[in-house]
Amino acid sequence: MSTPFYVSPQQAMADRAEYARKGIARGRSVVVLQYTDGIVFVAENPSRALHKVSEIYDRIAFAAVGKYNEFENLRIGGVRYADLRGYTYHREDVTARGLANVYAQTLGTIFSSNAEKPYEVELIVAEVGAGPEDDQIYRLPHDGSIVDEHGSVAVGGNSDQIGTYLDQRHRDGMTLGEALKLAVESLSRDNNGGERSLTAEQLEVAVLDRTRPQQRKFKRILGSQLTRLLEGDATTETVTDEEADASGGASGDASGDASDDASGDADETQTAPAKPAGKTKAAAAKDEPKDGPKDDPDASAGSKKK
Amino acid sequence: MEANTRITGRLPAAFLTPGSASFMDFLGDHAPALLPGNRPLPQVRGAIEAPHGTTIVAATFPGGVILAGDRRATMGNVIAQRDIEKVFPADEHSAVGIAGTAGLAVEMVKLFQLELEHFEKVEGAQLSLEGKANRLSTMIRGNLGMAMQGLAVVPLFTGWDVDREKGRIFSYDVTGGRSEEYGFAATGSGSVFARSSLKKLYREDLAEDQAATAVVQALYDAADDDSATGGPDLARRIYPIVTVITDEGVRRLTEPEMSEIVRAVHERRLEQPDGPRAAIL
Repeated sequence: MSTPFYVSPQQAMADRAEYARKGIARGRSVVVLQYTDGIVFVAENPSRALHKVSEIYDRIAFAAVGKYNEFENLRIGGVRYADLRGYTYHREDVTARGLANVYAQTLGTIFSSNAEKPYEVELIVAEVGAGPEDDQIYRLPHDGSIVDEHGSVAVGGNSDQIGTYLDQRHRDGMTLGEALKLAVESLSRDNNGGERSLTAEQLEVAVLDRTRPQQRKFKRILGSQLTRLLEGDATTETVTDEEADASGGASGDASGDASDDASGDADETQTAPAKPAGKTKAAAAKDEPKDGPKDDPDASAGSKKK
Repeated sequence: MEANTRITGRLPAAFLTPGSASFMDFLGDHAPALLPGNRPLPQVRGAIEAPHGTTIVAATFPGGVILAGDRRATMGNVIAQRDIEKVFPADEHSAVGIAGTAGLAVEMVKLFQLELEHFEKVEGAQLSLEGKANRLSTMIRGNLGMAMQGLAVVPLFTGWDVDREKGRIFSYDVTGGRSEEYGFAATGSGSVFARSSLKKLYREDLAEDQAATAVVQALYDAADDDSATGGPDLARRIYPIVTVITDEGVRRLTEPEMSEIVRAVHERRLEQPDGPRAAIL
């Protein structure tokens, strides 16, 4: 009869952490960046069906790396949590902070429970606010801690190197095109310093766009729109709100604009020709005065590292 | 019930169990008390007095479908509310208008909207229009107990069928029975008059604005003969709610647009109180 070896708690946790970290490091990275009108999520993901970036609620999105079945489970749990909370109280009462807390508790419990194997996932939960300073990005490592991030964040295999690269180059007030290009540059750097080239087909891109007239701010950027943004002159691009999400095609520029018009700008000036550009500017200008009330006690409480 | 329950605060197992993409199913498993149809009903004699919404009409036109409702809610012979809204977008490509008990109807619509959104988020694709119509059917059936006590909810569901590329209308009865309507449909206390009116006015080739005018005429006729249906209130600027659903999505006509239609209708009715005349043969 062999007696079980004594394993110190430190050693047991270190082993579990290493196991999870190794699993996460095998996957491709996801980067999340703030830009003027919102938050952009860029993942290297050749699959069109298995998403790494998804919508959770009106202003909240989710990005994950690691084991697909595990983070998919967490994603659906998050959608259920958010929808139940919004149904019980009100849509405004669903916050990224609340969701991040629940995820952290879940991951933490699983990590320290001997009965379960630790999840090999790292999550990002982001919420777009009325202005860039109200945006919230939380990174949730496998062990249940929460890190409050600003500006840019990377998770996944090569996240340290990509994160450093992004930190050095990301600045406030980038346009979507600029942020997207920076994200792709950072993702295309190899472990050993080499560069690969990433095409639009290998990328999964989505935004939380605060200027979107609909209640749900999440939008996938697909097909020709993505190609245009990746190739286009970063300073002149505007975001057309085409509904590429469902159809997968990108023939709906006009429809997006039409639904913009519907949502209540009728009593404003009728300057039909230069509409898209004028509209984005107007929306951006509208955001400015809202900078004031950012001393939300909840937000600052949530920004503490846990 | 709160989501982060239990001692640890982690997501309860029900949240992480793979399975249905339906929010109602999830609610039924995890928090059945929150499902509208699951409440125990107290024994009461006679009908319960609660605000009732009245007339909803719908009409298709080439390229879309229109759903409209009057603005009155009644409680017995009292006007409970004169600016109630009974027509709601269900998702990007469909809308639902509800006649019947207002409080239950609004809750049902809220859950229905969430059901569609939840499915879309979990599955990454929209339900088919038939699928949406069937979900609504299930919800109405869940309300049967209430309906037997006089708290019925009877919706009209319209949407743009993305696959078939046309606007479609579904009507329901209190038991959840669903039937597709072609051309036009009406539900609620004034529906008899509204349907007769549309019968004479409706043509398949109506343009969008003509179809909008036709449904306003129908609501005007319903209000003319049914005390529970409210006509356009020009003094208070309370106009019927008219939503247009096309492949571009759901669009609610703005107040200036409605004002124009309603005033045109009203103007003509000053000369011909019974509205436009149809040919005898």
